[in-house]
Amino acid sequence: MAEYQNIFNRVQVQAEPEAGVPLENERERIGKPMLMHLAGRFGNAQIGPIYLGYTGLFSILFGLIAILIIGFNFWAQVNWDPAQFVRQLFYLGLEPPQAEYGLGIAPLAEGGWWQMAGFFLTASILLWWVRVYRRARALNLGTHVAWAFAAAIFLYLSLGFFRPLLMGDWSEAVPFGIFPHLDWTTAFSLKYGNLYYNPFHMLSIAFLYGSALLFAMHGATVLAVGRYGGEREIEQITDRGTASDRAALFWRWTMGFNATMESIHRWAWWFAVLTVITGGIGILLTGTVVDNWYMWAIDHGVAPSYPNIYPPVEDPAMLQGMSQ
Amino acid sequence: MNTITRKTVTVAALTGAALLVTGCELPVGIETDQKGYRGLGMEQVTKRHLEARKRVDLVIPEAERPASSAGPKAGDIYSSVEVLGDLSIAEFNRLMNAITAWVSPEQGCNYCHVPGDFADENIYTKIVSRNMLEMTKTINTEWDAHVGETGVTCYTCHMGQPVPAEIWFEDPGPRQAAGVAASRMGQNLAGPNVASTSLPNDVFSAFLADDPKDLRVTPRTTLPMGDNPHNLMDAEWGFGLMIHMSKALGANCTTCHNTNNFPDWQTSPPERVTAWHGLEMVRALNVDYLDPLQPVYPDTQLGPLGDAPKTNCATCHNGLQLPLDGANMLADYPELNRVQRREGWAPTEADAELSETQVDPDISADDFDDDAAEEAAGI
Repeated sequence: MAEYQNIFNRVQVQAEPEAGVPLENERERIGKPMLMHLAGRFGNAQIGPIYLGYTGLFSILFGLIAILIIGFNFWAQVNWDPAQFVRQLFYLGLEPPQAEYGLGIAPLAEGGWWQMAGFFLTASILLWWVRVYRRARALNLGTHVAWAFAAAIFLYLSLGFFRPLLMGDWSEAVPFGIFPHLDWTTAFSLKYGNLYYNPFHMLSIAFLYGSALLFAMHGATVLAVGRYGGEREIEQITDRGTASDRAALFWRWTMGFNATMESIHRWAWWFAVLTVITGGIGILLTGTVVDNWYMWAIDHGVAPSYPNIYPPVEDPAMLQGMSQ
Repeated sequence: MNTITRKTVTVAALTGAALLVTGCELPVGIETDQKGYRGLGMEQVTKRHLEARKRVDLVIPEAERPASSAGPKAGDIYSSVEVLGDLSIAEFNRLMNAITAWVSPEQGCNYCHVPGDFADENIYTKIVSRNMLEMTKTINTEWDAHVGETGVTCYTCHMGQPVPAEIWFEDPGPRQAAGVAASRMGQNLAGPNVASTSLPNDVFSAFLADDPKDLRVTPRTTLPMGDNPHNLMDAEWGFGLMIHMSKALGANCTTCHNTNNFPDWQTSPPERVTAWHGLEMVRALNVDYLDPLQPVYPDTQLGPLGDAPKTNCATCHNGLQLPLDGANMLADYPELNRVQRREGWAPTEADAELSETQVDPDISADDFDDDAAEEAAGI
C-alpha cells in the first residue's frame, strides 16, 4: 500500500460523513448519509444526504409516469404476457401518431400515449434542468453543467418536438423503444438520402470522437502527473518542474502545442456541447431545408463522384412507363 | 516446465498460428468480396458456415431421358387434359413422373389424382397444380428479365415438398390487448418475415399483393419541393421488405444498391434491375395466379385470415442468390414451356365446393410454418 504517498489515490477514509454547507431550510436536505465501500471504488464512498426539493420531486414523479406509460403499453402489446414482455422488451415500441393526425392530439391507441409519455418525459427533463441550475446557484457555482445539459435537451427536443413541428406532423418523431428507435434512425437516413452526407452530422461525429479523445488525453495527463500533486494544478502553473509544468511540457514536446490547465476544461466542455448542438442543427435541417443529403453534397462539392464500374443501369420503371 | 517442453510448445504455437494465417480456412468465419470501386464498402459479406448450412438439403434431381414427341397427343387420348394437351403421350407421362418426383415424391400420383381415375377433377390439388403449370409457363416466357435463360420448374420452389417451405399468408400478428392500449402499428415484435428485426412485420401484404405500397420513398431532389407524400414510416416498411430480400437471397444491401445513394439507378449494380423485375413478378404471380385460387383450397391450407398461400422472394431463392445455385433444370424439361394457358380461367363455384369434400388430413398449412421463425416471433 504505497499509494498513500500520493494525494491522488484510491484510499478510502472512514470517518463521520460530511454534512455539507448550511442550508436556509435544513429539512430540504434529506436522508441519513452513509459510507459504502463499493461506491468508494468508483467515486466518493459517501452516499447522501440528497437535496430533492419540489423540482426534483416532480421531475422523478413525471419521469416515473412516462416510464410507466411506456412500460404498460409495451406489456399490453404482448397481451399482458409477462414472459413475452421480458423476451420482446428490446423489440417493443411506443410509436408516435401517424401523419394523418398532423400536429393534433391523436386517440390513445393511435399515438396518444406516445404524446402523453413525451409530455411527461419532457416535463421531467426540464424540471431536472431547473434543479441542476438552481443547485449550482445555491452553491455559488457557475452554471456550466446546466448549459451543457441544456445543449443535450436541445438535441432531444429537436428530434421529438421541434422537427416534427417544422415538418407538420408527429409521425416524424422518434418512437420510444430500444430497437424501434434504432429502426427509426436507419429509416431517417434512408428516407433523407443518407445522413452521412449531412455536414452537421459530420461535425457532430467529429465533436463526439473529439470529446472521447480529449477526455482520454486529459484524464491520462492528470493521472500521470498525480505523483507530483497534479490535483493542485492552478497553484502550480507559474512554477517550473511542478506537475502542471510537466503536463504542459509533455504535450508541447509531443505535439508542439498544449492546452493550459484552464483551457483543457473549456475545450472539453465545448466539444461535448457542440456534439449535440451540431447534431440538433443537422436534424432540424433534414426534410425541412434539405431533402436528399447525398444530392446536396454532390451539388456543393462535399462528396466526390466515383468512377462507375458497373454496366449501364437504367431505372426499369422509366423504361416500362410504370412505377413500382 | 522444462526448456524442451517450452520449445516444443512455442514451435507448435507458431506453426499453428502460421497455418491459421496462411490459408487454413476455419469452418466458421466471414468472407468479404469487393464488388465495386475501392473504398466504398461495396462488398459481399458471406458467413462460411451459413453457406454450407443453406445447402444441406439442396439436391438437384437427375433428369429423365428425353421423351419422343412423335405419336398421338395427350389431349386426344386422355380425357380432362386441359393445359398439357399439346404434348405427346411419352412427353406427357415423362412430365407427370417428373412432377411427382419434384412435388409429391412420398405421396405419389394420388396426391393430385383420385385413385383409380386420373381424369377425375374432384380433387383440389389437381385444380391447383394445373394452375401452377400455367404459372410456370408465364414465369418462363414473360419474366425472362428476372429468371433469365435458367427459368424455373416446379422443383425450384417445391424441392420435393407438396407445399414449398417458404410461403406467406396475410399476417395479423399475435394478439395484443385491445381498448385504449397503444397499437403496435404492425411492427415492434421480432418478426419472422423481416429476419427477426422489429421492422414492420407484414411486408408481404404491403408490397407483394394487390395495391402495393410505394417503395420509392427517398426524394430525388436536393431541396424539399413539398410533393413527397412519403414519411418515415413508409421508409421503415420498405426497409422491412429489403430485409426480407436480403435474407431470402443471402444478399447484402450492396448486392443491388450503391450505399452512398440508395435510390440512384445510374450507380447501382445491375443486379438491382433483376431484383426490380423479381418484385414485379412476385406481385403479378400473387395477383394473377395464387390469390385467385383461394376458393379452391380447403380451410386447412388457408392462412389465419383465410387467404390463399402466396409467394415471396424466399419461395424460390431459399437463401441463395440463384435458386438451386443456378441449376438449369428447365433445359431438360422443354415440355414445361408447351403448357397451353387457358384465357381468363378463374375458379368456379364447383371448384370451390369440391375443396370442402377433399381435405387431406395429413397435410395442412400448419405443417409448413417455419418453426424457427415462429420461435423468433415468440408468440
